Amino acid sequence: MKITQGQFSFLPDLTDEEVKLQIEYGLNNGWSIAVEHTDDPHPRNTYWSMWGTPMFDLKDPAGVMMELNACRKEFPNDYVKVLAFDSNKGFETIRMSFMVQRPADEPGFELVRSEGPGRTVRYTLRSYATGRPPSGRYSPAAAP
Amino acid sequence: MSAAMETAESRVDLGKLYAESNIGETIDQLESDLVGLLPVKTRIREIAALLLVESARRGLGIQAEAPSLHMSFTGNPGTGKTTVARRMADVLHRLKYIRRNHVVTVSRDDLVGQYIGHTAPKTKDILKKAMGGVLFIDEAYYLYRPENERDYGQEAIEILLQVMEDNRDDLVVILAGYKDRMDTFFRSNPGMASRIAHHIDFPDYSADELFRIAEMMATTMHYRFDEAGQAVMREYIALRMQQPRFSNARSIRNGIDRARLRQANRLFAGRGELLDRAALETITAEDIRVSRVFTQQ
Repeated sequence: MKITQGQFSFLPDLTDEEVKLQIEYGLNNGWSIAVEHTDDPHPRNTYWSMWGTPMFDLKDPAGVMMELNACRKEFPNDYVKVLAFDSNKGFETIRMSFMVQRPADEPGFELVRSEGPGRTVRYTLRSYATGRPPSGRYSPAAAP
Repeated sequence: MSAAMETAESRVDLGKLYAESNIGETIDQLESDLVGLLPVKTRIREIAALLLVESARRGLGIQAEAPSLHMSFTGNPGTGKTTVARRMADVLHRLKYIRRNHVVTVSRDDLVGQYIGHTAPKTKDILKKAMGGVLFIDEAYYLYRPENERDYGQEAIEILLQVMEDNRDDLVVILAGYKDRMDTFFRSNPGMASRIAHHIDFPDYSADELFRIAEMMATTMHYRFDEAGQAVMREYIALRMQQPRFSNARSIRNGIDRARLRQANRLFAGRGELLDRAALETITAEDIRVSRVFTQQ
């Protein structure tokens, strides 16, 4: 199941060239760029791990690409996204966020029902990937 | 017919490329703004020619790896290394070798950290900021301190080397420093020496060139020397060149700054009479004559 999140989620995955252009757009607006990654694909998981600190004062996307590729190399089976933070008064928030890497195999989600008092049923989503310990959530060797 | 068209398409007009890049303007400006520095100007022109031909080759689909343009500027203090580095970014940008016309100027303190694990992120941070443009490392020989084998400078050099090799298209590194110390630096870091294609030596200025520099400096500050002042300025330069700690154009700048100070004092001492524009702009012989340079013989 292909998980989508953030900008361009309706498009096919961006190529590196397209990622560069998007980063350049962010830099030209004076936003600082950050790279984050996670192995927990739950849509409510907002706490992705930061890859280094956000990058300020960059002029060219090559610097971001260097960090991005280092992150991809270190976590080849993680979700990786690029964020652009606008520090201008009135915004002071993330202005761009898009995924740049996904695991080769995404197992998808299980619908979990839990019964409450009376006949109430509560529903929740649980990723099949998070059933395994963090180190081997997407690596084929760890698959049952 | 088709053969004729084919030859037309497979030919390039270097003159047209030259005009399109506007590089002539930059080089002319370089020629008029920088006094002397013949070997430097020659090398810049050679690099410009190389890049023009390279883009012509690319236009015809001849594949070649981009030429490496990392440089080292060596020369005595005040010979214009920093000034030329800034111009170099402009030249390389117009020739589309670098994507952004910006120079990041750093020294040892910006690259080398203070404790274990501090250097790598610091150096990488600077490199990322310089990406797409020129990284100018002033007094680069300070990066390597042989007397302390645990010095973190070596780590910075290694990261620098790796990025210079891997991101050749994204970054031009210019190292600058005094000649003898840079030679020692390159001898002890052969990896660095072999990755730098262009070693440019900045010669000292002659007395004539220094005088022209003095005039240009004064003009940009809207001052001028009167006739006697010019003669004394020439004398001043000749004497100053003999004295210790002479640092070419920088010494001249300091000399002019002090002459300005004395001129202001002279005008202030004679207050009461009204001054015209010429009086405010003129540096006279006596403003220069009282300099320590003349009494230190």
